[in-house]
Amino acid sequence: MDYLTLAISAIFISNILLIQYLGNCPFLGVSKKMDTALGMGGAVIFVMTLAAVITWAVQYKLLEPFDLGYLQTIVFILVIAALVQFIEMFLKKAVPPLYKSLGIFLPLITTNCAVLGVALINIKEEYDFLQMLVFSITSAIGFSLALVLFAGIREKFETARIPRSYQGTAIGLITAGLMALAFLGFSGMV
Amino acid sequence: MQGSLVQEFTKGLWKEIPPFRLVLGLCPTLAVTKAADTGLGMGVAATFVLVFSNLIVSLLRNVIPNKVRIACYIVVIATFVVITELVMQAYTYPLYQALGIFIPLIVVNCIILGRAEAFAGKNPPLLSAADGLGIGVGYTLALTLLGGIRELFGSGTLFGHGVMGAGYEPFRFMVQAPGAFVCLGLMLGLMNVVEAIRTR
Repeated sequence: MDYLTLAISAIFISNILLIQYLGNCPFLGVSKKMDTALGMGGAVIFVMTLAAVITWAVQYKLLEPFDLGYLQTIVFILVIAALVQFIEMFLKKAVPPLYKSLGIFLPLITTNCAVLGVALINIKEEYDFLQMLVFSITSAIGFSLALVLFAGIREKFETARIPRSYQGTAIGLITAGLMALAFLGFSGMV
Repeated sequence: MQGSLVQEFTKGLWKEIPPFRLVLGLCPTLAVTKAADTGLGMGVAATFVLVFSNLIVSLLRNVIPNKVRIACYIVVIATFVVITELVMQAYTYPLYQALGIFIPLIVVNCIILGRAEAFAGKNPPLLSAADGLGIGVGYTLALTLLGGIRELFGSGTLFGHGVMGAGYEPFRFMVQAPGAFVCLGLMLGLMNVVEAIRTR
């Protein structure tokens, strides 16, 4: 599979958020305002790529040689949690402005299932190093793209007249469904 | 004591039923409800993890230091998820295949971490287990219902048995990703309508 196909399919055709249903909690949680969505998107791109590289290395250099495949889930989640903590401390010390804009999103990312999901998909699909890298970055970009688009739509809700029972999450989910429908249209591209 | 055990159990069935009243754990909710039986399987797996992680977290609640509690909870939860994963791989292989990466992803299901943080970390073991069981059963019911509706309209079957008759043209939208979002959104809204009528 060539890298461009992989990239396009990760961003559009099997968008991690809208088609693979991963990372929906932050999707609905932080998409009320455009700038928080942008911040979360940036943080996810950063963490997801790093987490994917590290978990990939752990899987092939540590778990497989020692026949510890059954520990995959525990090890991966611990690696991600530790990584997030580490990035948070590093940014706080080294790049304070970046920490200010991304800081509050970092703890949320530990329980973002898209991060663990991408790490697991990388192993399941048996990607080599470069494929893994391309897939992780583009998946994260796809996530951020959907998040930012959704936040743009959601800002309009404030002036829209929505029935009371459907305000908040309910209308958010229906909107996400319509967006997913639009993304399904990409499926003929590759 | 007996009364409050029942109370903790039943609140998961309506008052705090996930994912409708407690909007958490959406990813598996959307992903595994293509059919009623995968929804049921996922619900049972999550219930098992929820009950035992609540029990263990509650037993350890005086031992775990406050600062690292989230990490400790995750280790406890991950342990039970691995047990579930291995048991399902051994005994219910087709279901294990159908659920795919969503079994290991139970680790990051916010319902489980949420219950550990909000309930089990502060309450005695029996109450916590009852809370876990209640929320788990509620989650299972919700997933099965959602799976049933999507399967009925999307494939014309229920638990794999034909229901709609041979002339029924399956409404494919329902079993694809957009259908999942829209269906869950409509159900959330309906729950709000029912609640509004009940409290009036």
